[in-house]
Amino acid sequence: MFENLHIASLLVATVRSAPVLMFAAMAGLFAERSGVIDLALEGKILASAFASAAVAFSTQNVWYGIAAGTAVSAALALLQGYVSISQKGNQLVAGMAINIAISGLTFVLAQFFFQQGGRTPDLGDARLQDIVLPGTAALADVPFIGWFYGHLIGGHSVLVYLAFLLVPLVHWVLYHSRFGLRLRACGENPHAADAAGVNVETTRYSAMLIAGILCSFSGAYLAIVQSGFFLRDMSAGAGYLALTALVFGNWRPVYTALGCIMFGFFSAVQIQMEGVELPGVGRIPGSLIHMIPYVVTVIVLAGLMAKSVAPKAIGKPFVKSR
Amino acid sequence: MKITELPRWATAVVLPLLNLLSALLVAALVIRLLGESPVESMGILINSAIINPEGLSYTLFYASTFIFTGLAVSIAMKAGLFNIGGEGQMYFGGLGLTLTMLALDHTLPGWLLIPAGMLGAAIFGAAWAFIPGYLQAKRGSHVVVTTIMFNFIAADLMNTLINKLVPVGQQNPASRVFTDAAAMPRLNTLFPILGDTPLNLSFLLAIAALAIYGLMVWRSPWGYRLRATGLNGHAAHYAGVRISRMIVVAMLVSGALAGLAAVNSIMGSTHYLSLNFPAGAGFIGIAIALMGRQHPVGIFLSAVLFGALIQGGFDLSLEKPNIPQETFVFIQGLIILFCGAMENFYGPALLKLLNVGKKG
Repeated sequence: MFENLHIASLLVATVRSAPVLMFAAMAGLFAERSGVIDLALEGKILASAFASAAVAFSTQNVWYGIAAGTAVSAALALLQGYVSISQKGNQLVAGMAINIAISGLTFVLAQFFFQQGGRTPDLGDARLQDIVLPGTAALADVPFIGWFYGHLIGGHSVLVYLAFLLVPLVHWVLYHSRFGLRLRACGENPHAADAAGVNVETTRYSAMLIAGILCSFSGAYLAIVQSGFFLRDMSAGAGYLALTALVFGNWRPVYTALGCIMFGFFSAVQIQMEGVELPGVGRIPGSLIHMIPYVVTVIVLAGLMAKSVAPKAIGKPFVKSR
Repeated sequence: MKITELPRWATAVVLPLLNLLSALLVAALVIRLLGESPVESMGILINSAIINPEGLSYTLFYASTFIFTGLAVSIAMKAGLFNIGGEGQMYFGGLGLTLTMLALDHTLPGWLLIPAGMLGAAIFGAAWAFIPGYLQAKRGSHVVVTTIMFNFIAADLMNTLINKLVPVGQQNPASRVFTDAAAMPRLNTLFPILGDTPLNLSFLLAIAALAIYGLMVWRSPWGYRLRATGLNGHAAHYAGVRISRMIVVAMLVSGALAGLAAVNSIMGSTHYLSLNFPAGAGFIGIAIALMGRQHPVGIFLSAVLFGALIQGGFDLSLEKPNIPQETFVFIQGLIILFCGAMENFYGPALLKLLNVGKKG
């Protein structure tokens, strides 16, 4: 009976759309807590989406696709790291540059290889299968439990579970491991970290590499799990939205993840509200619901709901004092 | 005597040229990998964008828009603000312009309509930049994040608003076409060699804007305070500059300039408001400001370069299907990367080279 209710399908849609943001937001978390602004999340998602779809189609093997996406995204993250850390360039400009360049390059390459207007062919069987939890069939007829166990908890691809498991893992790494302590030190006061013997450049490069790898799953999920093909500019602002969740969640893993889930919920609402007449209000245009996360972020940034405090050394290249 | 700092001619001319060459070199490599000849492509591009008078006219038409968006990013940068919101501000500028035209184009003559349209565009563009500027000045919310958000919000709002402007019986998401009185005078009436191209009065306005920008930023007390704010806000504050006011004003001017970019696109060419008409011009402004180092001459040259890339790239994509127009989005990204983020990439090497000469 719950399948028919809007709220039930809304929740399932939320669980399915949140991972795109969660992977990217956790990636941005590592980069930004180490002191490097990650404006290039969007570009890395798009690059990974293209690489994973193209390779998964050509080899008909999902895992090769995911690996290719990871390699491309990690390489971009290291390029971004080179510009931001070694070259001490403007990190915002570097991020914008990567986003714009990748938006053009992925189209050109997709067109060159597949000639379908910047789209890859449908992946067909080269997609991740949904995992059916044991006992789903037995519980299927039980009201609520059957839906809850079979559709909300179960019945997703492995990347969805990875995304949700990532949150406690990132929390542990950030707050309970030696690396996490050093990472946060580099983002808050790199000179103190340096004086304590931490190699700021190495730590930031490691953070960028982790960010690149995590971000790639976002693109792979978009292309291989959600769509089953690559489409030009298919990331459609997900990277910026992840960044937004980061601001919203105050650069803390759990709150950031909650922000991602909230934004995922809004996008699920937007899809369901399309063309629905509401009593008294009439039709609410989808683009107005689409706008909500951005408006909420501006309000949060304005300090009207909660105070958002960025890592202190964010965006500042580290110059070792002599 | 060994020099420790690069001379001005080196940082102003040599480094940007080296960076531009690097970006084009990477682009040439990609074109090579796509199986086309970079030299031949370059030939087609130069021929269709610069040598052919009609092509040149199109190049300058695109450049007129880019000069305004480039100026918008530049003036904010001079105040130490990175305004990524040019795209949204230009979009809203287009809305202001259109609302003015829809209200007045049947009553006013052309010589009044054009200033009215420009005023509408500038006011709406400035208004869209005001909130991010105010939040930066008073609440410390980073202008980069807020302007990105405002780009998205502008796109979403326009998706809804444009439906209110669609004339009855029409399906296309666009406003009605303005009357002929609202068209910018085209330059081909004076120079018939330009052919049937949309190059118009906006080009001359853009040149005037460059001159005013140069005078205001480098030759006026206001410009001095603006640059002081950008170089060292604390020092400027100590010297009596009202920083938060400066930030808001800089963002207002920046937004107004981005809004004015819509005048060329709409009143100079299409004569109606359509969805996504800025088509990335706001982002190209970032590349232009960085490559031109926020200097009027630099902005002009970069805007013409990008105009040529768009115009030449269009013709090139017709001849070489492997080099679609999106290749130039990629090249744009490369130029931003090399000229903006890695601007001092060649600095140390160039310094060494100059010092070698000194020793000998």
